[in-house]
Amino acid sequence: MTDNHRPDEPDPTPVASPVEEAYSVEKPIDLSQKSYSQGQLVRRRFFRHKGAMVSLFVLVFITGMAFTSIGYGIIPSWWDKTFYDAGATVDGGRPTLQLWPFQIGEHPFGQDTIGKDYFALTMRGTQRSLIVAFTVGLLSTVLGTIVGAAAGFYRGWVEAILMRVTDLFIIIPLLVLAAVLGKMAGGGIWSLALVLSLVSWTGLARLVRGEVLSLREREFVTAAEAIGTGSGRVIFKHILPNTIGTIIVSATLTIATTILLESALSFLNFGVRPPDTSLGLLISTYQNAFLTRPWLFWWPGLMILGIALSVNFLGDGLRDAFDPRQNRTAD
Amino acid sequence: MTTTTQSDSGQPVYTGSGTPTGDEEVVLGFSDVDVRFKTEFGSVHAVKGVDLKVRPGEVVALVGESGSGKSVTSMTAMRLLPRNATIGGQVDVAGKEVGRLKEASMRRLRGNDVAMVFQEPMTALNPVLTVGTQVVESMELHGVARGASAWKRAIELLGMVGIPEPERQMKKYPHELSGGQRQRVVIAIAISCDPKVIIADEPTTALDVTVQADILDLLRSLKDKLNTGILLITHNMGVVADMADRVAVMFKGEIVERGTVEEVLLHPNHDYTKMLLGSVPRMGHGRGQMGISVKEEVDADAPLAIELKNLVIEYQRLGKAPFRAVDDVSFDVRQGEIVGLVGESGSGKSTIGRCALGLIPAASGEFQLLGQNITGMKRGDLKPLRKRIGVIFQDPAASLNPRLPIGECIAEPLVVHKVGDRKSRQDKVYELLDAVQLPREVYNRYPHEVSGGQRQRISVARALTLDPELLVADEPTSALDVSVQARVLKIFSDLQEQFGFACLFISHDLAVIDLLAHKVVVLQNGRVVEAGPRQQIMENPQEDYTQRLIAAAPVPDPLEQGRRRRERHELLREQGEEIVELKVDGEQFHQSSQAEVVDVEDVEDVDGTDGPTSR
Repeated sequence: MTDNHRPDEPDPTPVASPVEEAYSVEKPIDLSQKSYSQGQLVRRRFFRHKGAMVSLFVLVFITGMAFTSIGYGIIPSWWDKTFYDAGATVDGGRPTLQLWPFQIGEHPFGQDTIGKDYFALTMRGTQRSLIVAFTVGLLSTVLGTIVGAAAGFYRGWVEAILMRVTDLFIIIPLLVLAAVLGKMAGGGIWSLALVLSLVSWTGLARLVRGEVLSLREREFVTAAEAIGTGSGRVIFKHILPNTIGTIIVSATLTIATTILLESALSFLNFGVRPPDTSLGLLISTYQNAFLTRPWLFWWPGLMILGIALSVNFLGDGLRDAFDPRQNRTAD
Repeated sequence: MTTTTQSDSGQPVYTGSGTPTGDEEVVLGFSDVDVRFKTEFGSVHAVKGVDLKVRPGEVVALVGESGSGKSVTSMTAMRLLPRNATIGGQVDVAGKEVGRLKEASMRRLRGNDVAMVFQEPMTALNPVLTVGTQVVESMELHGVARGASAWKRAIELLGMVGIPEPERQMKKYPHELSGGQRQRVVIAIAISCDPKVIIADEPTTALDVTVQADILDLLRSLKDKLNTGILLITHNMGVVADMADRVAVMFKGEIVERGTVEEVLLHPNHDYTKMLLGSVPRMGHGRGQMGISVKEEVDADAPLAIELKNLVIEYQRLGKAPFRAVDDVSFDVRQGEIVGLVGESGSGKSTIGRCALGLIPAASGEFQLLGQNITGMKRGDLKPLRKRIGVIFQDPAASLNPRLPIGECIAEPLVVHKVGDRKSRQDKVYELLDAVQLPREVYNRYPHEVSGGQRQRISVARALTLDPELLVADEPTSALDVSVQARVLKIFSDLQEQFGFACLFISHDLAVIDLLAHKVVVLQNGRVVEAGPRQQIMENPQEDYTQRLIAAAPVPDPLEQGRRRRERHELLREQGEEIVELKVDGEQFHQSSQAEVVDVEDVEDVDGTDGPTSR
């Protein structure tokens, strides 16, 4: 008798019947919404992130001012003083910048103890610090990512060697290593950046390795390998894009810490050397003048704060934009 | 007899003996329960006014697919919903109104009056505590027994639920037990304080089919002997037919149909219930269900797509002898033939699938893939072969790269094997999206933007991108809801008919295999138990294991399932196996688990600081 109870045969047409559509547990795909490509989606999410947008503005403003005011390479300058010429000290070197009534005056950021224009000095220092920070951010991220990805993906002896090298870099005090290498490489800004990159990739390498270790066990990686995808493509197309959040956050932190590391090195006389200058060098040079001429501390300090904060916020916005699963800022 | 009629407003009206009347004893009652979750994107109305009552000694099944709110409904009885939940209506457990209890009284209620059996026993048990500690803990917390007497009682309980040598098992950790034994431990904990009602949330979903049948037997004897009420939450219509006295079908937070199990499963009224039942492939009904038709005959001279000769696959273990996952397996798959690889967990079926994909090397024996022996083949030589093989994995959420738009996912094999240019690849993807009945607009969307079944259809499309001669499908529908599974299977069989690829179909679901496969290979512990044409294996199995396996698969028909259950018990007796039941007398059990501590007055003001808010 059981055969009597068989339900009706469903519609044999391939398309779901109206009943099936009405009681489907699957959400219908909303086609009214515009479809975006990956790049568009990332850009859209990024541009909707208020914090990131403000930070981007601040960073572009600082960078633009630093590189155009006193000029850099072929970029012409519009500020009439240089960071190495000393002039007559006016009003004890006090800043002439006023917000109300607004005036820039002769020396907006004041003058240092021997009468150099402090605006020009700060701009020069910002240039140097930005160059070092972003070069290091880029180089150490690339290095750390490659080392971490290779170690995590290939396992075995590759991992053993790479991770022991990483451990070696981690146990040697960063500052000492950078100082010694910096001394060997000479005082140039690019060699300084290279040296700092060589010592600051280790944290990211470990983070990326951990992520890759867990990602390589995921089914979509197995699926990719099953259709014959080569190792390089699996790493760069399937695994690394899924670690982009980690990489970007780490890169922004690296940029922020590099600015501090660079000032520490400069303070120890292993980084940028006078008459050239950097934000860190400015602070350490005038640290004793803090009580008598506080602006000599505040201006470079403000620049460091502005750069580090906006870079961190940018990283935040980028991570949100790259992560399609967290749709916090959309719509 | 319950009569379920449609009123003018389209709302069903319920009357009759199927639902308990006012003066009957009710151990678990939901009246007009309504749950909303506040989320970042606004409020989600998960449960919309559910009425349901469970009497002592009765199994009420709450059936629904994912997102129907069946688990959320049951959680209101335990008051275990997250803080962002707002609960309306009234839930009564053993005469106490859950919403008005203080947190301390609520903790007493959980375990003493209502206990839970969860889906995944591995995560329901604490991995760092021994089984014994965990059974004892619940009794000590509720003052049922303490110290040495609790330990003794725990041994008794483990013995009751059919765990062999309970004294020895007490000192083991959860990972040392098998899945079925772990679930028995969870049940032992659940009954340790003699609750009046047990909420079983998908209690057998994570288990193998023979283990599932055993656990269901155990739960059934629990209800018969201890007179415990059971609220059974499940998506599996076969389990419902096997266990339930009454059934409520939920869809999107509402009960759309209810009645006795015979009424709902045999004479469904609501369209949704009809559709749900129509989507369940039935054991023993073979071909032609759900509009799926697979040609019965395969050309006997067709070349072999896969030929296994004495294949052995081993996993290397550090410091131990390698584990032999596949041992001396031989079978073959012809072109255009679907071979179902059936077995329980640990049978080595997925391992063979992975070997066919070149992901695991064979230790010895011969693996002829599309005419070439792949044992000992180098990675580079495998690549041209891989072009001719497609693959579908179990979990569509995990097998699609979340960073790649759907179009790129499907086009990936073309890019890897450098077939065609940008334009032709895009055309091919559009063609495949049409074939799996997805709109072309999903090309630029991400996998997370579509739901499970749609994702699995994307997997199917990706597998067919290069027009493969062989498809390896590893449990392609077991992560899907039944109605979704039906549609994916339909698309799959249509495409098989159209492209004529050979297929190694790995599944634990015999009904699906019965529906699709031409040939069936039954595996147990890495060895072939039985192999042959579908009809022969399904209708006339020769080996004990195959017979047990087929007998254990439930069908969504209470009368037929009752008959199958009796037949299964008979079969077990014949084969000298044990029929699982609670090994205790009801009267005796209730006496020995009387609480030593007397309950204090329970109903007090709502404790506003803990748990979700109550309206």
